[in-house]
Order: sequence, then C-alpha cells, then structure tokens
Amino acid sequence: MDFLRPRTWDEALAFKAERPDATPIQGGTDVMVEINLDKGRPAALLDLTAVPGLDDWTREGGEVRLGAGLTYARLIAELGAELPGLAQASRTVGSPQIRNRGTVAGNLGAASPAGDSHPPLLASGAVVEAASVRGTRTIPIDAFYTGVKRNALAPDELIRAVRVPVAAGPQYFSKIGTRNAMVIAVCSFAVALHPGERRAGTGIGSAAPTPRRAAEAEELLAGGLDWEGRGPLDPGLARRFGELVAGAASPIDDVRGRADYRLHALAVMARRTLGWAWNDYTGRAAA
Amino acid sequence: MRVSLTVNGRPAAADDVWEGESLLYVLRERLGLPGAKNACEQGECGSCTVYLDGTPVCACLVAAGQAEGREVVTVEGLASGDDLDEVQRAFVEAGAVQCGFCTPGLVVQAHALIAAADGVPGDAEIREALAGNLCRCTGYEKILDAVRLAAARAVAPSPGSSA
Repeated sequence: MDFLRPRTWDEALAFKAERPDATPIQGGTDVMVEINLDKGRPAALLDLTAVPGLDDWTREGGEVRLGAGLTYARLIAELGAELPGLAQASRTVGSPQIRNRGTVAGNLGAASPAGDSHPPLLASGAVVEAASVRGTRTIPIDAFYTGVKRNALAPDELIRAVRVPVAAGPQYFSKIGTRNAMVIAVCSFAVALHPGERRAGTGIGSAAPTPRRAAEAEELLAGGLDWEGRGPLDPGLARRFGELVAGAASPIDDVRGRADYRLHALAVMARRTLGWAWNDYTGRAAA
Repeated sequence: MRVSLTVNGRPAAADDVWEGESLLYVLRERLGLPGAKNACEQGECGSCTVYLDGTPVCACLVAAGQAEGREVVTVEGLASGDDLDEVQRAFVEAGAVQCGFCTPGLVVQAHALIAAADGVPGDAEIREALAGNLCRCTGYEKILDAVRLAAARAVAPSPGSSA
C-alpha cells in the first residue's frame, strides 16, 4: 500500500490522475474501518488532510459551499441556521468523536444508502463539485448516487466541495435506530419546504439501493399544500404524502430491519416531518 | 514509512510504519503508550479516544500517516507527574472504574467536555458527550457522578485541589 500526502489541491488532483486506484481519506471514519477489519485493502491512500482550505465553508450568494474536509462538528456548530436539515442529520452521525472527523464529502464518497447526509442533500437540491486535472464539473445530487456504495465520480475525480442552497423554508430530518447515538439508520427521511417556489423537496435514506427522492410525493405537496393561505395541514394529504414516500422506496430485509417495517416507518416519518415543517411555515404551535 | 509527531508534548517518531496502520497501533505498539485501548477498531466504543490537535478523536480511525507533524495527547499526558488530572481524580473518588478498559477513553472524552463547557454541563450534555464511549461494567451511573464532580471542581476549585 502507498500513502500519498499532497500538500496542495493541484497536487492532490495530479496524484489521483496518476493513481486512480488510490482511495481518498479525510476523517477516516469509513476508510479506516475497512482497513482495520480487513474488509478491503486499497492500493493506496490519498490523504487529503494536509491540503489547506478544504476544511472550511463559504457563503456564495444563495448557497453554502461546504469544503470536502468540513467536519460534521463544525457544520453543526456553524451552519444550523443556513442548512437546518443537514445540520439535524449531522447531529445524528455516530458520536462526538466521529463527528469531529467525519465529513459530508466522505459520506458522498462512500455513497452508502444509509449515509445520514444524503436525505437532506436530496431535499435541498445540493450539487457536488467534482474536480480532476481535466477540470471541475458539478453533479446534481440526484444524479450522484448510481448504486449501492457507487457514485458518479470518474476514477480520476475528487470531491472538492458540496454546494447546498440556503434554506428558504423549514427543513426536517428524521431517522430510525436503536439508540440516539452510534446508529446506522434503519431508514431515514428529510423534507425541505421551498415556499418561494411553492414546492417541497424530499430525501429517503437506507430504504433503496441508493438514497433517492420521492418524486410523486413532492408533486403532491407542490399542488396540494395551501401555500398562499397557510391553512392547517390536511390530515388526508399528510397521510397520502406518507404513502407516496413509502411507495417511492424499495427496501430490503437486512440485519438492521425488515423491508415492511422500513416502509411503515418511512410513511410515519414523512407524515411527521411534514407536520413539523408545515407548523413552522404557518406559525402554528406543534400539534 | 516513518511517522514523526508530537506526543504528550514531546517529539516522537516511529519507523517501518505500515501505510494502512492506525494512529492507535503506532501509539500502543511502537511508542509504548498502551493507555488508549484497542477494542472495536471501528469507532464504535471510544476506548481509543485521544486528542489530535486538541480535538478528541478515535485513534483507531486516524491513519498513522495523517498524524505526521501533528500533536497527540493521550491519557498518559493528562497527569503531571504523580498528580492526577482532576478528571482522573474524580473517577477514582466516585468509584467510576470497574474493569478499567473503557476508562482511558472516557477520561479523555470527559476532559474535553469539561474543557470546552461553559459552566457545569447538564446531564443531557454529559450523556451526549459520552455517547460514543461504551462501558460494559458500570451502568454509567458512577461515571456520570465522576464527570459531574470534575466539572463542578473545574468551575469552583476546592481548597487543596491542584486544579
């Protein structure tokens, strides 16, 4: 195994072009588990922690640009107002020690269907900045996940940043697990209201081969919510929303849960998170 | 490969480090610091918690090469000579130790909590801070007692306390 330690971003891209078989490592919270438990041995590790500037975020117009090395801990501490859905999801990642090291970009690189940041990224309509010696391109988040632990990155590409629109309305994340820490999601769900556009975004986690949106459920909310009048949420609409979210999933039975439980839980989480978000939007106290 | 770093305030170096090796392995097997414990090797148990550049992390999830040039403080670095750190003393006094395997990780994580806390942390904050440290003996109650004790002393040092 080789250990590659670039000191600049250009050097990192050059290494990745030369060694497309190198596994990028930042927080190590996924990569080191694989190595420690001998589940897989990369040909080389490409350590990005010595590249300056990756661990920061910037506000650019209506977006927040999260550097690939930004830890969950900093995202939680600094971006709860701008990116509430992603911050909520980040709070459920692992433990404090894990959140001190783990990153959203690492979650994207691993592309596990259970990754906690995926549902809010989908609900917000984030884009991934992928860079290589050939240049930089942006990948819309719903085109990024291509299969179980597979993503749209080319072999010579690295994630430089993730751009997430600043919340224009209420956002909520919900996750099912056996305790409140150190939990890989049994399933998870995120909703984001975009009142200016009279639509809502959704994201489903750990209930399909990839994280995915629930397109029909989003259409239901765009057409069915009382955006102008801000009236109370119709319970029938909320129930139907839950059904459509569950209908968009295709879960399996595995060690963490059964498929039918996941479908049930998704419908419940969808209904609840929509209720919380709608209460915020209409200025009602939580029911 | 060779890895050079600062450990508990002193320069240290390890040779013939395997590229996939963890910082935990370097500390325990190459630098003779067995305080941080090796248990789950996947970040689940917190027994290997150390400070890396002032931030508590699981040493098993840091690649050795990532620690190059950085500052590590292990549980061995908290006491000054024979004087235990306030958190260590509180663990002794509260009887927060049974088999002791989880203790070094809990002591470092509790140390970080108290150092960063604004005043005495509440129980919810303590539980959240220690959520990534597993103990299979104590049931956690004595550990919570110890953290409360150390946190209270950190805010208002008692007479005769070294803190």
